[in-house]
This record gives sequence, structure tokens and C-alpha cells, in this order.
Amino acid sequence: MKGLNVSNLSYSYGTKQALRDVSFDVPAGQFCALLGPNGAGKSTLFGLLTRLLATSDGRITIAGHDLHRHPRLALAQLGIVFQQTTLDLDLSVRQNLKYFAALHGLSGRDATRRIDAALDKLSMLDRAGEKARALNGGHRRRTEIARALIHDPSVLLLDEPTVGLDAAARAAITRHVHQLCDDGTTVLWATHLTDEVYPDDHLVILHRAQVLATGRCADICNGVPLPETFLTMTATPA
Amino acid sequence: MNPYFTSLFAIVTREALRFIHQRERFIAALVRPLVWLLVFAAGFRAALGLSIIPPYQTYITYETYIVPGLCGMIMLFNGMQSSLSLVYDREMGSMKLLLTSPLPRWWLLFSKLVGSTAISILQVYAFLAIAAAFGVTMPPAGYVAVLPALVVAGIMLGALGLVLSSFIKQLENFAGVMNFVIFPMFFLSSALYPLWKMAESSELLYTICALNPFTHAVELIRFALYLHFNGTALIWTVLATVVFTVLAIWGYTPSRNGTGKKG
Repeated sequence: MKGLNVSNLSYSYGTKQALRDVSFDVPAGQFCALLGPNGAGKSTLFGLLTRLLATSDGRITIAGHDLHRHPRLALAQLGIVFQQTTLDLDLSVRQNLKYFAALHGLSGRDATRRIDAALDKLSMLDRAGEKARALNGGHRRRTEIARALIHDPSVLLLDEPTVGLDAAARAAITRHVHQLCDDGTTVLWATHLTDEVYPDDHLVILHRAQVLATGRCADICNGVPLPETFLTMTATPA
Repeated sequence: MNPYFTSLFAIVTREALRFIHQRERFIAALVRPLVWLLVFAAGFRAALGLSIIPPYQTYITYETYIVPGLCGMIMLFNGMQSSLSLVYDREMGSMKLLLTSPLPRWWLLFSKLVGSTAISILQVYAFLAIAAAFGVTMPPAGYVAVLPALVVAGIMLGALGLVLSSFIKQLENFAGVMNFVIFPMFFLSSALYPLWKMAESSELLYTICALNPFTHAVELIRFALYLHFNGTALIWTVLATVVFTVLAIWGYTPSRNGTGKKG
């Protein structure tokens, strides 16, 4: 299994259960939307997938590497875009990417080549010299996605990456990330916005700490529009 | 280049760039000890009589006495400043970038420590240069000999900052750290007065001062500035560094939920 595998994952903050027996698979090269209302447990799941949180209940496998047993191998295969921006606004786009490359042990010509390729993929190469502070929200996001691709990760995680963006920027970024799957990248995209999910996408619906449905979006909806399906499923207590 | 050194170099460079971008921080870091040296010490020199104690071989002015303590103060405040910026980084998210790197977490935290220590040392030398310009000088070779002492003291105080940042959950709680960590550590040390003076006032306070790792960091710097080696101070400082580093690594382990947020 080269994509992403989550099995029987549970997590609680004290007495509050944030995730309960969560299991799903994202096959390699698939775009998977993790759809859930606010407070469903998406950010907790992201904390566990990125090893910012840890639990002994359940198992996470990233590109075939067990995150608990081989964290370094698993993290090396992971590209992450956090919900909040994590760019250093006083540094240029290229400096931000160079810093990240170094955190993955990449330097010199190899790092430069990878940075140029990643920026080009997100149509940001001509902005490489600009300070991150000078970029608008959409371009900052693109920079962060480019940054997450420098080390050629097998799996890309994005935690509500379109928060705060206008409709055009949202659509552009959603399209860009869908295109990444054509190159074989596995994508897990957390969102609460149904218009970011395409009918052929893999879909995981998370509600009140539990997975309500997992499968191809069109199959789950069964002819009913996704917003309606989502509202119906999340209206009833889990 | 080796991935470890690549990341170390990048983290230190980032700390340096951040410092250069915050010129006010550099000025504030220098103004604080200079006020103590040029104002407080001037007023206090008459009140405090100093006897000849090692490493001094002659009577010294109060200004001369407090210079090593003020070097320690710069490092103490810088350690706390780094800690504050770590808490800020965690709230703003950029700490996540560091902690999700595939390199070992202890190495990344160590690299942060090296970065903040390098900044501290830069500030101390700038302070020593200004003090010299005002006539408070040390033996010329002391300026070189003090470097290893500054490295050890800087890493110890940086590690303390890391420990605090792993336990402080919100930026707002940082004022408490000022009151409960920085001030007691500074005043309950040999930075401003020799410990025998403290013993004259209170045996209990003397004991606390003698146990305070900051006292030993200051003494390590003081002795090195006068080309003397203080083995006891070195052992205490290294021991405190080990304890703080272990605590910091523990504080940043994922299972402590230190960086999570509900969602």
C-alpha cells in the first residue's frame, strides 16, 4: 500500500473523544477529500498524521511506512500544508523554500533545481524573489504548496488550504492540487466546503469524531448533490 | 552537505536573519545592561564595598564587578526571548514546519539552541565593546578566553528557554515567566553582588544563590574573563544544561500533545 492508510485511530483530549476508531485508505495517486463540519476532528486527524500529536490507539501508514515505528521514513514521504500560513513573511519566497529544503537535508544545486521545479509547477517561479509579505493570500498558499512539494513527497496533506481566499483563488488552488495527482501524488485535502470536491474524488466524511462514509464521491452521493448529501448525513447525530 | 549540517546551518541562518530584521531587539538587548552598568552601578558603587575575591587580584570598581553578571543577563534575556519566539512560532504555526521535518527532533531543537546562543554571544561582545569604550575593560586575552564560557552559558540558558516554551501554552502567560523565572534567577545570583555579601544577610538566600545555575554561569564567565578556570562552575553549568535539554526534548515529544489544537 503506497498511498495513505489509517486504521482504527482513536484520540481524546482528556475526557473529550476527538477521534473514534477512524479507518480509511487513500490509494496512491488519488485525490481524497476529507469532508467534515467544524469540530469534526479534522485538525486532530492532521495532528496525528503529521506526528504533532501521537496516540497508541490505531495505526497510520504513509507510503508504506508505519508512522509510529518509522517516523523519519514516513515524514520524509509527507508534504504538508497547514491551515495557518507558516511562511516567514520577512523572507523572500525562495528563502522560505530554501529553509524548508534544508530541513529535509537538501542543499546546493539539487535544492535550487527542486525549488525552481516546484515553483514552476504552481506558476510562482517569476515571484521567487518577492518577500512573502508582498504576496496576496492565494499566492502565499501556492508558495506553501510549492514548498510542500520540494522533496517529492508521495503523500500531500492539506488542512483547509483555501480558508480566507476569494472564489477565484480557491478554484485555482483546488484545480492545481487535483492536477498533482496526475503525477502520482496522493492527496488528502481536508475541507468543509463541498464545492472543492469533484465527483471522481475519493471522499471521507468525518462527523463527531467518526467516519460516516468513505468511497468515491459520486457513489456516496448516488445522484444527490454533494451539499445535500453532506447536510443530510451530518444533520443526524453520529 | 550532510543533512544534519544543512539543517543546522539553515536554522542558525534563519535565527540570524530574524535578529537582523529586528534591529529594535538588538538595541533593547544592549540598552538594558548598559543602564545597569552606567546608571545603577554608578549609584550603587558607594553603597557596596567589595573585598578582593577570586578571580580579582586587586580592588575593583563595582562597574567592573557587574560586567560578567550583565553578560549573563544578556544571555538570560536572550534565552527567554528565544523561548517567547518559540511560543509565538507555535501559535502562528511555523514551529510545526520544524517539528514535521524528518530529521530527529532532538537535533532540530539543538540547532535552535545553537542559533540562539550565537545571537547571545554577538550581543555580549557588542556590550563588552561599549563597556570598554566607557573604560570598563578586561585583560585583552580575556575577551577570547570568555568565548567557550559564553557558549556553555548560552546553551544552558537557551535550553532553559526551550523547556519553558514547551510548557507555556499561550503567549499571554509569558509575563509570569518574567516574574517567576527571570527576576528570581537574576537577583538570586552572584550577578550583582558577591555571594559572601548575601551570606551576611541571610544564610538561606545564600544557599539558594549557591544552588542557582545562573550563579555558576556568571562565575564561569567572570573567571574566564580574567583568564581563570572555574571547574565547579563549569560542572554545575553543564549539569544544568543536561537537565534542561532532557526536559526540553521530553517537553517536545508528540505524545505530550504540546503542539496540537482541537478541531
